[in-house]
Amino acid sequence: MGSITLSKVSKTFGEAKVIPSIDLEINDGEFVVFVGPSGCGKSTLLRLIAGLEDVTGGQIKIDGRDVTDAAPAERGLAMVFQSYALYPHMSVRKNIAFPLKMAKMEQSAIDKKVADAAHILNLTDYLERRPGQLSGGQRQRVAIGRAIVREPSAFLFDEPLSNLDAALRGTMRLEISDLHNQLKTTMVYVTHDQIEAMTMADKIVVLNRGNIEQVGSPLELYKSPRNLFVAGFIGSPKMNLLEGDYAKAKNGKTVGVRPEHIGLSKDSGLWKGRVSVAEHLGADTFLHLDVDGIGPITARAGGEFGASYGDTVYLTPDETKLHRFDDKGLAIRA
Amino acid sequence: MATQNTKTLARLMMAPSVIVLLVWMAVPLAMTLYYSFQNYNLLTPQNVSFAGFFNYQYFYTDPAFFQSIWNTMLLVLGVLGITVIGGVAIALLLDQPIFGQGIVRILVISPFFVMPPVAALIWKNMIMHPGYGVLADLARFFGVQPIDWFAQYPLFAVIIIVAWQWLPFATLILLTALQSLDSEQREAAEMDGANFFNRFIYLTLPHLSRAITVVILIQTIFLLGIYAEILVTTNGGPGYASTNLTFLIYRTARLGYDVGGGAAGGIIAVVLANIVAFFLMRAVGKNLDK
Repeated sequence: MGSITLSKVSKTFGEAKVIPSIDLEINDGEFVVFVGPSGCGKSTLLRLIAGLEDVTGGQIKIDGRDVTDAAPAERGLAMVFQSYALYPHMSVRKNIAFPLKMAKMEQSAIDKKVADAAHILNLTDYLERRPGQLSGGQRQRVAIGRAIVREPSAFLFDEPLSNLDAALRGTMRLEISDLHNQLKTTMVYVTHDQIEAMTMADKIVVLNRGNIEQVGSPLELYKSPRNLFVAGFIGSPKMNLLEGDYAKAKNGKTVGVRPEHIGLSKDSGLWKGRVSVAEHLGADTFLHLDVDGIGPITARAGGEFGASYGDTVYLTPDETKLHRFDDKGLAIRA
Repeated sequence: MATQNTKTLARLMMAPSVIVLLVWMAVPLAMTLYYSFQNYNLLTPQNVSFAGFFNYQYFYTDPAFFQSIWNTMLLVLGVLGITVIGGVAIALLLDQPIFGQGIVRILVISPFFVMPPVAALIWKNMIMHPGYGVLADLARFFGVQPIDWFAQYPLFAVIIIVAWQWLPFATLILLTALQSLDSEQREAAEMDGANFFNRFIYLTLPHLSRAITVVILIQTIFLLGIYAEILVTTNGGPGYASTNLTFLIYRTARLGYDVGGGAAGGIIAVVLANIVAFFLMRAVGKNLDK
């Protein structure tokens, strides 16, 4: 069990209103990702759920129980911190056992749970080491191990992968997804990296300045962003947002077209552009172009597309996949 | 070649300070060693002769010798106990956000700036005096017989005074260590269900262990040589009740005019201090390697 309900939750630090008012429903067993730019209040929201910060107003319920004023330990949640927050003077075994020891569990039961967690996380060979003797990825796993032995009703992750290098981040992403599939426990995950959000989430919550911009599955957000902010935030490379005559012709203030929905050709097309930067990744080619009468455009070609700086390329947007937005930045549904 | 030149030059440049330091250390030690083997009493300065180990035997068989060593140990351990425990407690309090934090911290640290004889005189005449001390006033207010600190508990009185002087030092070091504790670790422990007491035992205290080691090492070095506080308060008495090793050496050399005996006592003190340092480093110095 692990459903979390936020109703009209708000938080102010002195004069600053970090979170004006948020309503959110997190269902049992869901993998929910809070994503947004730095300072959007996503970490604060997580800390409010954890109980490490007190709410200014509103109510938090876990499994229907009002925990708004409950201490962190009473909420039955486990948290994995960005800095891992391992206890440096304790061995890996003692780190993982710490929450159980605090719960006054019997030593034999503790040993068994620690062994199980170490087995799941491939830490069995490192149990006697100190955190200082481990690599970043191993420390991350110890932090996760310390969280899972408690069998919490939900896991909270605060940007857990941001201190790892790119390759390790990919591996850990898979491991956490795998862990979620095994445990089927609710997970709330905070990140500013939309790739992590897209790949891991059942449900993404896009936050901006303390407000929820949109809630939905990764593909919902990708296919039908509710407004300009979500359109620009979800997707990599970013959606091209065009204003001016082309947008007017399509009956919108702004028109968005994703880089992967632009056809490229060296001979003919709707627009004519000059390559300013070409990124050849092998599997994809990203072209950053200056288009006459439109402005800068990013386009993606699958596979290798032979173009380099200064070349002329013709582009044709897939007009069935355009996103149109009105004056207020809200999406216009056809 | 260039590196070689730089190295030679660097050594040349450093040489004067190294030599001065060496001379500064070695000459007094050598002179003390020399005098410790001489019959040299200032009352009869013309009768200077080689004494062999007589001075050592004389100092060692002094009836006050073992008591002074015992007093030295009590003094060091007593002050260490009060300052480490009190320092941790005060540092924990000072770490809380309070109004007027800056002023409070300066006030707490200020005893360290009072020089030892002055501090001891103030304690002797204004606080612990059985007639007009503050403590005597308090005792009378409660209708109790005032304590004559320096007559009834001379060593304990000295311990209190010295501890008062060193408490700010311990507090300061421990407070800075406390402030370097990662807040996420504290929050993680909070999530793990550790209450304040458990967080202190399992998180704060291990984090402070290195700072406590530093406090113990530095204070021990200074506390072995406590002298001024004893001189201005009890003068080592009554009897030898508050005489430590340093004070016994002073007594032999300056009150007994026995330069040879005092020098021998000095050498014994150096040897003992090194033994203490050796065991101390083995016992607590490990903490510094982590």
